[in-house]
Amino acid sequence: MVQTDLIKDPHVLTGKLHWGVIPFHDPVVMPVMIAAILGGLFVVGFVTYKKLWGYLWDEWFTSVDHKKIGIMYCIVALIMLLRGFSDAILMRTHQALSTADEFGAGYLPPEHYDQIFTAHGVIMIFFVATPLMVGIMNVVMPLQIGARDVAFPFLNSLSFYLFLVGALLVNISLFVGEFAAVGWLAYTPLSGIDYSPGVGVDYWIWALQISGLGTTLTAVNFVATILKMRAPGMTLMKMPVFTWTTFCANGIALVIFPILTIAIAQLTLDRYFDFNFFTNDDGGNQMMWVNLIWAWGHPEVYFLVLPAFGMISEVTATFSRKRLFGYTSLVWATIVIMILSFLVWLHHFFTMGSGASVNAFFGIMTMIIGIPTGVKLYNWIFTMYKGRVELTASMWWVIAMLITFTIGGMTGVMLSIPANDFVLHNSMFVPAHFHNVIIGGAVYGYFAGFTYWFPKATGAKLNETLGKWSVALWFFGYFFAWLPLYYTGFDGMTRRLQYIDNPEWQMSMYIALIGVAMIAAGIGTQVVNIAWSLYKRNEPGYKDVTGDPWDGHTLEWFTASPPQFYNFGEEIQVSDRDPLLDMKQKGTAYKRPSKYGRIHMPKNTWAGPVLGMLTLPFGFGFVWHIWWMVFASLAAIIACWIKYNFERDKDYYVEVPEVERIEGEFLKSNEGREFYFEKHAKHYKKWNPSKENDSSVVAK
Amino acid sequence: MSSSEKTHGGQAHGSVKEYVVGLILSIVLTAIPFYLVMSGVASDTFTVIAIVVAAIAQVLVQMVFFLHMNGSSDQTWLTASAIYTVFILLFVIVGSLWIFEHLNHNMLMGH
Repeated sequence: MVQTDLIKDPHVLTGKLHWGVIPFHDPVVMPVMIAAILGGLFVVGFVTYKKLWGYLWDEWFTSVDHKKIGIMYCIVALIMLLRGFSDAILMRTHQALSTADEFGAGYLPPEHYDQIFTAHGVIMIFFVATPLMVGIMNVVMPLQIGARDVAFPFLNSLSFYLFLVGALLVNISLFVGEFAAVGWLAYTPLSGIDYSPGVGVDYWIWALQISGLGTTLTAVNFVATILKMRAPGMTLMKMPVFTWTTFCANGIALVIFPILTIAIAQLTLDRYFDFNFFTNDDGGNQMMWVNLIWAWGHPEVYFLVLPAFGMISEVTATFSRKRLFGYTSLVWATIVIMILSFLVWLHHFFTMGSGASVNAFFGIMTMIIGIPTGVKLYNWIFTMYKGRVELTASMWWVIAMLITFTIGGMTGVMLSIPANDFVLHNSMFVPAHFHNVIIGGAVYGYFAGFTYWFPKATGAKLNETLGKWSVALWFFGYFFAWLPLYYTGFDGMTRRLQYIDNPEWQMSMYIALIGVAMIAAGIGTQVVNIAWSLYKRNEPGYKDVTGDPWDGHTLEWFTASPPQFYNFGEEIQVSDRDPLLDMKQKGTAYKRPSKYGRIHMPKNTWAGPVLGMLTLPFGFGFVWHIWWMVFASLAAIIACWIKYNFERDKDYYVEVPEVERIEGEFLKSNEGREFYFEKHAKHYKKWNPSKENDSSVVAK
Repeated sequence: MSSSEKTHGGQAHGSVKEYVVGLILSIVLTAIPFYLVMSGVASDTFTVIAIVVAAIAQVLVQMVFFLHMNGSSDQTWLTASAIYTVFILLFVIVGSLWIFEHLNHNMLMGH
């Protein structure tokens, strides 16, 4: 991460690239770079030595199977979590040291520190939260609705590679050139060419533009899948809540990501072709950037948090051994949040010149959106009420979420009062608030879902003890890390401070540092847990034999773990909101159908990885003004696209004998099971007195 | 593409003629604003209004000729999503105009 020497006339072959852009003299980056190169070489060597390339290419890279694509999303997200979290450690240690330093300067130079907080925000939102959520959606949602795959399997693969290219560009910027130093939303005019002449903002532009395109395509794909591919009988109001929240979240993404795409395209024109959309002069209007980026950015956070709400709902219902309380209200709360999320964006810039009426309107809308969110909290609490709650690790995440998210929501309502916001705007209070809701709401929800569905994706359960340790470390670590920063925010500490000359904040910074160390231990525990559980995957206590380790209610548990590649052997007739529970109670689950049919499946394709990865030289060429690379990769993309479109051999049939063999094994693994409601028959009636669909009619 | 085959979703694929008409219409609707701005023949107000009208017409042309949307009853979801899109567009556009009227008044007094 060095300041790039400015090259006015890019070279024909190398553009703005030269040896000076690689940070050979940076004591922080260089060891990381050496470690990354050695680690990369080791992985490549290992894969080559084990002769795994063919396997990886055939079974994973070219796969259009939604479950494998989902797993790949999660792997990249977890790797990027480590990258984004090391940025957090750098920031916390820097600020702690700078309060101890007589001169308040810490150990990171300003331009480096600015890149770190920018990279942290970008990575955590776009390359951790989004892919972790999309990954879980990919694995679970098609299974929940009884589908064989998503509506457009090739598009799904392409979306993944577009996202991957975005993540790669951010990581390349660490070693070649620099990243943006303008904050995660790159406010203009700072991010314009006049004030940010280096390549950092260009990396930001292309990483977000390419991965954003992937998110748009994913949204199209998932909305079409949910609307068109549900199992017969699954009406909209019989869809599982996670599917509902996936639907609404992607409904949001579908209309907001074009705003981001266009806004970034305009910034690109400004930076590359001397346009003046967001400049200070020549009729440009930098406030239009702020307006557009938040018209995208606020719905974006609901896009992130709604699926987490869905995961919390599924986990709570399963482990409370009850049907979800108030399904209808939960669905409507989700729809209301989806609509209202478009009416609050100005609250991010109350202080930037709007009058009382505008501020009052958006302030009140912001308070109103708290109501459906509160409804959901009560839904989960009442689901647990009078249930037989099993405190598994995923349930620990749920409880951590309920507590943390409630506090974060309340500080959000404080910020929604414009008069309050004028005091708190740009202070540490704001990051403390949004980390409170994003970590406490979205991330804990994802981890609950991750723990809950891990056996479905991999065939092995996670270790419960380690899982609970990571919840506890995250939970307390969060409060240690951010409560002091709420306080310093009140005390007037602004965000993004590289230089702190107020010694009174020293103790707060130290406590926050302890918190970040605890979270680091929590993440470490999670990594160890995943590795350990996969290592032990065939041992009892870890191995998921039946495909239904939690005695679940919804259709994803009606498959083996990991699921059959075609998901379901037969078409499932749904007649209840909790289809699997319904089938178990009626005694129709795990019965061999009279006959199987052959199954129509999409073939794997080279086009996803090849087309997707070609956008890497495209973006990289643009960043460094290497025009031959841009045009060559664009031509290759178009050529591959045309070739793929004329291919005819895109699908195949799984023949009946193979289906019979695989289904036979699956049914055999479920023979003689005693379900939860049978084991606890005496009490179960008491907890679930109504067999009616709407469980909002609770026990009297 | 020769005849209007139906897909599972109920929408027609459209004919070559439809695509050609759509293409010509969208080129014309793009050329008009460019001409008005580059030649400067009309007043500013008229030019702005013409750009907005041409833009809306462009959206409708693309929806009808390229996405094959019409009011038929087997397109419930297309209609629903169109209504949703229109609402969100109204939120963002009306909201932005309102905000920018304020910004213009409060931050650029006298300019």
